[in-house]
Amino acid sequence: MKNTADVIIVGAGIIGNASAYYLAKKGYRVLVLEESDIVGDGGSSRNGGGVRQSGRDPRELPLAMYGIKNLWPTLSEELGRDVEYVQEGNLRLGKTEKHLQILQGLTDRAVKCGLEVSMISGDEVRQINPYLSEEVIGASWCPTDGHANPLYATLAYYAAARRLGVRFITGESVVALKKLRGAVRKVITKENEYEADQVVLACGLGARKIAGTVGIDIPMVSMMLESLVTEAEPVMFGQMLGTAEADFYGHQTKHGSFVFGGTTGLENVVKDNGTPVNCSLAAPSTCRGIIRYVPRLSEAKIVRTWAGWMDYCADGVPVIDTVDEVPGLVLACGFSGHGFGISPAVGTVVAQLVAGEETSCDISGLKYDRFHAKS
Amino acid sequence: MAKITDRSRDIGEFVPRPDDGMIICRCEEVTKGEIRRAVHDGMWTMAEIRRYLRCTMGLCQGQTCSKLVKGIVASELGVPGSELEPATSRSPMRPVEMRVFANEVEAK
Repeated sequence: MKNTADVIIVGAGIIGNASAYYLAKKGYRVLVLEESDIVGDGGSSRNGGGVRQSGRDPRELPLAMYGIKNLWPTLSEELGRDVEYVQEGNLRLGKTEKHLQILQGLTDRAVKCGLEVSMISGDEVRQINPYLSEEVIGASWCPTDGHANPLYATLAYYAAARRLGVRFITGESVVALKKLRGAVRKVITKENEYEADQVVLACGLGARKIAGTVGIDIPMVSMMLESLVTEAEPVMFGQMLGTAEADFYGHQTKHGSFVFGGTTGLENVVKDNGTPVNCSLAAPSTCRGIIRYVPRLSEAKIVRTWAGWMDYCADGVPVIDTVDEVPGLVLACGFSGHGFGISPAVGTVVAQLVAGEETSCDISGLKYDRFHAKS
Repeated sequence: MAKITDRSRDIGEFVPRPDDGMIICRCEEVTKGEIRRAVHDGMWTMAEIRRYLRCTMGLCQGQTCSKLVKGIVASELGVPGSELEPATSRSPMRPVEMRVFANEVEAK
């Protein structure tokens, strides 16, 4: 088979798969190269499934709002597979005055951007979700937020892209890009060479090394996050939960199990074994967080825990941009642990960047050359 | 480790079979036909199959059906079962209540 395409996408996570799907819909011949043997094995299948606008940085909020308004509601239909999208709101919970200040700040910022989000009292919180403990004294409430199943969504984009003729090669590790007459042209892997008119780097942390081969550096580091899942429980609530303290976040899935993630405060110093391995401190810490907010779950049984790397960008929001110095190169990386919810919008925008069209969302805050010294 | 695999390799059309309705994963009620169909949707690894269908992700965590699922996927792909990496086993070994997990330090 020929080693050429109109567009080569590096990375078969949900960003790469969604971009491949929307590009194929526009008629491009797309080739996706994935380093792992497994499609969607990075953050795409290890995250908490949040599809939220509240709590987001204003620079990426347009993507979140666009996706929730235009893409998520019909995504299952579009991809021919249930991605379990549920839009029953997001509660970000607070237990102390300091928490409420954090939540108020996030809320004020989001309202300025036109998002429907408000602060509510502890009693109002318990009217929405009666399982939350008396310790909760307030929350930010965004009724248009929700959650979906990241495993299904990632693989549904893959399957749908494949049906449109996108070629996927797994186990193919990209080591370098090469320019020809000033523009990106060759994608060099450990054993092969591929050629395309345009290249999209949607491979998380891996994008740093690859972009470096054409002189571009995106400042991101790896940070490990962990999640856990309970056995199926009776239906309790449909909201996505988060906290001001970020000690846990999660939701109940359609299957009945609860998926929760949490932070320990040690994410950026976890020992790197080369593969994401659970740290013994994380799941217990997340469980303690959950039980204080949702006491009813203390008897719920954990069936699995897992870990994953985030591609944490210097300022916590991704880079989604074309590159002046390397025509033909499109970057979509550095999602910093909150890429899943915006992935349909990102795929749409990446396809528009490749096609040279005006983007559906304002991504002017996500440029690759925005990083400067502080003085 | 990584083996270069072109997912566009022709594995033939999906052909329905009389035993497609047989339940393979009892915990999550996944049938042989669903597993075979998923292979044709592009799910060529055990990790993708489990994430796409939930089989081996129920109460027994695949202790009963993993081998059966693997055999079906391998035969659909026309490769020996030994070529398929098992999906990652994850802690805890047995389901554990949150309150027990949370007991790792003394309550404040």
